[in-house]
Amino acid sequence: MEHVRYIDRTRDYYLSQGYDKTYEWAYFDDVPFTPLAKPLSECKVGLLGTSEVAVHFDPETEENPIVEEYFRGVYSIPADTPTQKLYSRTLDFDRNATTLDDVNSFYPIDRMREALADGRIGSMPDSVYGAYNNYSKRKVLEEEGPAVLEYCRADGVDVVVIVPI
Amino acid sequence: MSLISRYLEAHGVPTVVIGTARDIVEHCGVARFLFVDYPLGSPCGEPGNVAEQRDVFQQALDLLEQSEGPRSTREAGYRWGKGEDWKRLIFTEEQPFQDESAKAEWEVRNNEYRRLKAEGKI
Repeated sequence: MEHVRYIDRTRDYYLSQGYDKTYEWAYFDDVPFTPLAKPLSECKVGLLGTSEVAVHFDPETEENPIVEEYFRGVYSIPADTPTQKLYSRTLDFDRNATTLDDVNSFYPIDRMREALADGRIGSMPDSVYGAYNNYSKRKVLEEEGPAVLEYCRADGVDVVVIVPI
Repeated sequence: MSLISRYLEAHGVPTVVIGTARDIVEHCGVARFLFVDYPLGSPCGEPGNVAEQRDVFQQALDLLEQSEGPRSTREAGYRWGKGEDWKRLIFTEEQPFQDESAKAEWEVRNNEYRRLKAEGKI
């Protein structure tokens, strides 16, 4: 079966739900491209997801390792956080077809750790990243893009694997 | 997320996007896109299927290395194990996208955000 046309499908769906405005998805003719400057086995590879990944912690004895605005913006998570402590809070997924029980099916942190152990990638930064969905294209380009770039530069990240939920 | 990818690429950081919404990502246009034809929520392989997730991730790394120009799309080549009914049903009146509890949680978050904003805390 052909892939889902989400732009058409969501437009029709939200109109049927009583919304009167349709969302204008970002469109560009030109696409920027940066080639890899060195082999992946020498690159520090970052991970960025929109799956609203959070960390289970005990508020009695621990601090939340994530510092963030309330469901807005860009944040970082210590990269050595045990996978079983990670979970997603997103509401934007197909709950009828799948689950969010396995973090690695939407935020492939163990798969990245394996690639590191295998020497397929050179290194990982001390943090992995998350960004909340923002329907303002202007804000993504003026605030969140620069915020991710700042994390990348501060952590010495060479390339980024990006996973929208 | 495509916009962040574009921003990074424009500032000298190569990226690869692993995603399920092909039309949205390609409408925006990104440098490298590994398309996984799976439901929203499982772009990196079926939950619990480590071998498949490993292959998807490797394909993304391969694409990082092998692509020579923008709009490099590769299809991961997997079909959802439980059939493809989800494609017909997603975002339809027959099957609302969010159930009642998700809608309620969404309202809670929105109200809390408005409250924090009104109080100047964010």
